[in-house]
Amino acid sequence: MKTILVIGNGMVGYKFCEKLMAKAKSGYYKVIVFGEEPRPAYDRVHLSEYFSDQNAERLSMAPRSWYEENNIELITNERVTDIHRASKTITTISDKEYTYDYLILATGSSAFVPPISGIEKKGVFVYRTIEDLDATMSYVEEIKKNKPNGKAAILGGGLLGLEAGKAIIDMGLKTSVVEFAPRLMPRQLDGDASKVLQRKLEDLGIDILLNKGTQNIEGQDSITGMKFSEEETLPVDMLLVSAGIRPRDELAKTCGLDVGTRGGIVVTNDMKTSDDSIYAIGECALLNHMIYGLVAPGYDMAGVAVDQILGGDALMPTAIDMSTKLKLSGIDVASFGDALNEAKESESIVYENKFQGIYKKINVSKDGKKLLGGILVGDASDYNMLHQIFLNGMAIPENPEDLILGARGGEEASFGSALDLPDSAVVCSCEAVTKGAICCKVNDEGMTTLKEVAAATKATTGCGGCKPMVTDLINESLKAQGVTVKETVCDHFDYSRQELYDIVKLKGIKTFDELISSHGKGKLGCETCKPVAASLFASIYADTGNDHNVIQDSNDKFLANIQRNGTYSVVPRVAGGEITPEQLIVLGQIGKKYDLYTKITGGARIDFFGAELHELPLIWKDLIDAGFESGHAYGKSLRTVKSCVGSTWCRYGMDESVSFAIEIENRYKGLRSPHKIKGGVSGCIRECAEARGKDFGIIAVEGGWNLYIGGNGGATPRHAQLLAEKITNEEVIRYTDRFLMYYIKTAGPLVRTAAWLDKIEGGIEHVKDVVINDSLGLCEQLDNDMAGLVDAYKCEWKEAIENIDEQNNRFAHFVNSNESDETIEFVSLRDQKMPKLWA
Amino acid sequence: MNSILENYKSLAESEVTTWFKAAPVSKFPENGGACVKVNDKQIAVFNFTAEGKWYASQNVCPHKMEMVLSRGMIGEDCGTPKIACPLHKKTFSLETGENLNGEDYSIAVFPVKIEDGFVYIGTR
Repeated sequence: MKTILVIGNGMVGYKFCEKLMAKAKSGYYKVIVFGEEPRPAYDRVHLSEYFSDQNAERLSMAPRSWYEENNIELITNERVTDIHRASKTITTISDKEYTYDYLILATGSSAFVPPISGIEKKGVFVYRTIEDLDATMSYVEEIKKNKPNGKAAILGGGLLGLEAGKAIIDMGLKTSVVEFAPRLMPRQLDGDASKVLQRKLEDLGIDILLNKGTQNIEGQDSITGMKFSEEETLPVDMLLVSAGIRPRDELAKTCGLDVGTRGGIVVTNDMKTSDDSIYAIGECALLNHMIYGLVAPGYDMAGVAVDQILGGDALMPTAIDMSTKLKLSGIDVASFGDALNEAKESESIVYENKFQGIYKKINVSKDGKKLLGGILVGDASDYNMLHQIFLNGMAIPENPEDLILGARGGEEASFGSALDLPDSAVVCSCEAVTKGAICCKVNDEGMTTLKEVAAATKATTGCGGCKPMVTDLINESLKAQGVTVKETVCDHFDYSRQELYDIVKLKGIKTFDELISSHGKGKLGCETCKPVAASLFASIYADTGNDHNVIQDSNDKFLANIQRNGTYSVVPRVAGGEITPEQLIVLGQIGKKYDLYTKITGGARIDFFGAELHELPLIWKDLIDAGFESGHAYGKSLRTVKSCVGSTWCRYGMDESVSFAIEIENRYKGLRSPHKIKGGVSGCIRECAEARGKDFGIIAVEGGWNLYIGGNGGATPRHAQLLAEKITNEEVIRYTDRFLMYYIKTAGPLVRTAAWLDKIEGGIEHVKDVVINDSLGLCEQLDNDMAGLVDAYKCEWKEAIENIDEQNNRFAHFVNSNESDETIEFVSLRDQKMPKLWA
Repeated sequence: MNSILENYKSLAESEVTTWFKAAPVSKFPENGGACVKVNDKQIAVFNFTAEGKWYASQNVCPHKMEMVLSRGMIGEDCGTPKIACPLHKKTFSLETGENLNGEDYSIAVFPVKIEDGFVYIGTR
């Protein structure tokens, strides 16, 4: 048995172990891993997520048990201090000695701290380990406690620095990013791309200072500012340094291995150092005079080292792909190939849209035949395909601009199909899975789902960025076999939601058990099909959240929105946003009585947070006694109909928007649907109710109301489209009835009206035909169905309270005790309370 | 925060030393779950009425460490009985406790028996 010692338990060191375990015969190698940090390897790429959830577990690459199961000895908190090459041994800080046959240096890198005078002051942090983040966060808390308007700065405008900037601003400090270069992410972006990104980041509240060399860190013991020049100082209370990395090569240096003049352990393309028994992989390795600070090349190096040790002949490729795609605070940023045209072998095609903050650039070879690199900011949806075209040297369209602008005028998509990729194209670079391997699972082994293919190939299980392309490959391969890909609800039903709607209605099915035994598979169902069934029973029979309780989704089950710490929020209906002073007083008294955090919602009503499960019926009893009713804020149902004040008060108002909003909200309250529904009524085209951002929007104009449908805010904002112009109140209600009912009958689960309208064949013209011209002969049915639902409305909270069974109370936390959940803890926040963060 | 998880380790039926008498069967919703206070611990018990089976697990979801699993939705995944957490729909096998979305954390599961109309949870 040979002994392999791995020094360094970071992402690449872990990957080495994983790849070795997958390939080596068991019992052949004894593996000991040394980590200097207290915990096993974790995902440093997603480190900034730790700022928001402090969940180190979630970042973990593998639990300790994984190492045990694979007979790997993992020794954390133990720094290796010396390598004795002559005796093939190492010693650790606690003076223990180990012998090796092969030694793997996966020591990674440390944060580079520029030699600025005063940088050792209190309040200056680096951004590298979970411990660094813990220290940073507690300092932020200290600043917030002692000083209003505390300020932070990030030194370095690379991708880590920008991520850290967003995290600090989210913690509540005003944040500036200070970059020495004239642009952000100087290694990935050009000046114009950087400007687009800068504007977007500034919109998020991050200050960007470019071209700034820091001369001195000001302050006595603690940092108070950064001095750029005699005239210019930036006052800050803390500084996070993210100015690049330094390879950890000190062990290699002291034992006489070759290291580069600017650091890094010299390796050849078989990942061997100048000593044949010692390999260096990841950010500590200097290959082709370069340090590769990305995880994908590090994983490749781990693979090469494993193969070499097992007697193979794998080598690192001569050109190493440094392409990156990331989401920076929700902003897409990607760059691939020769993004900055450093080789001067290409001509660029650039598209820039300042309205939407989109920048796309591709570098095309001078003969116009090959894609050599590119940059995408604001919209990186084309990245996977462009990256594949670049990697595989695929032919590009005659007009290369089609690659970023789409084929204009023609029918065909500019990329063709994902199936056009060569079989050797690596689609999942984390796990090195090719297009050929994925298609083979579908074509030869009969797999049909992403889940099966992912389990068999590991594709999509790393960063997950290739998911859309793998899904496309599976669906396209199935299509090529003549299999039609059907949108079924889940594994338990071979029907779409629309088909199930018809089945339930025509056959009069009243319960989930009846539905699954007659039309599904198995007896139990799952968290996808059960809420779909509950929603159908509600939309067809006006059943409420109290019926079929165990198949209701989390929130419908307890008629309240479950919040971060397992407590609930309570929102009574305030139709149209109209509320009397007396009602406000009552709400205030109830909020006070139960000590609830109180906030005005985006839908112009009042939200109480922090109610424990057992308190819900008590709170609602008080609300109902005071004349309130359920606001259905928890349901896939009508939420609010927002209104502006309208002609009753406004000097510009054309009609009474508040009165109409109240009428409409009361008409559709309790209506359950495939997803939530929001409405708006504006009294004039100034549109203060933002009605065109709603599922249905009604705007008063000269001569009547304009009715718009399919708007949305949220992640994919969409303006609603005009359904009918200058119509009467009665017509508004008639068309809205039919539109909503048609949507409820035909949409997929959890599809908002905007996405439904996008997908429905014929789009808005089709919907106009159906609800105005009755082209499908459906209108009478739609009218009747809606009238039935409107008539059947009842307040489900009133119903719940009247039917509480003390013996089987679903609002009790324990089934065998009246105690409440003692693990729920609150802390104070601006004179109110909030959930305690996990320590 | 891992200290909470330390309190919950899966138990095989053969390792049970004490059966904790939880509550009458009628207190548990059919095809649903409820939370039982077992001394200072919280155990979620699931009544798979459709199959006549019972399962128990820790009530705390290891994803965000909230005491909520008993309020989740039961179901099955290719024959494996499972629970979906109400917070983020993380799903766990009620037979082995493993996460079914391919994530690393898992939940502790415990034996359940029904005797004389009462639900008992295996403890040690």
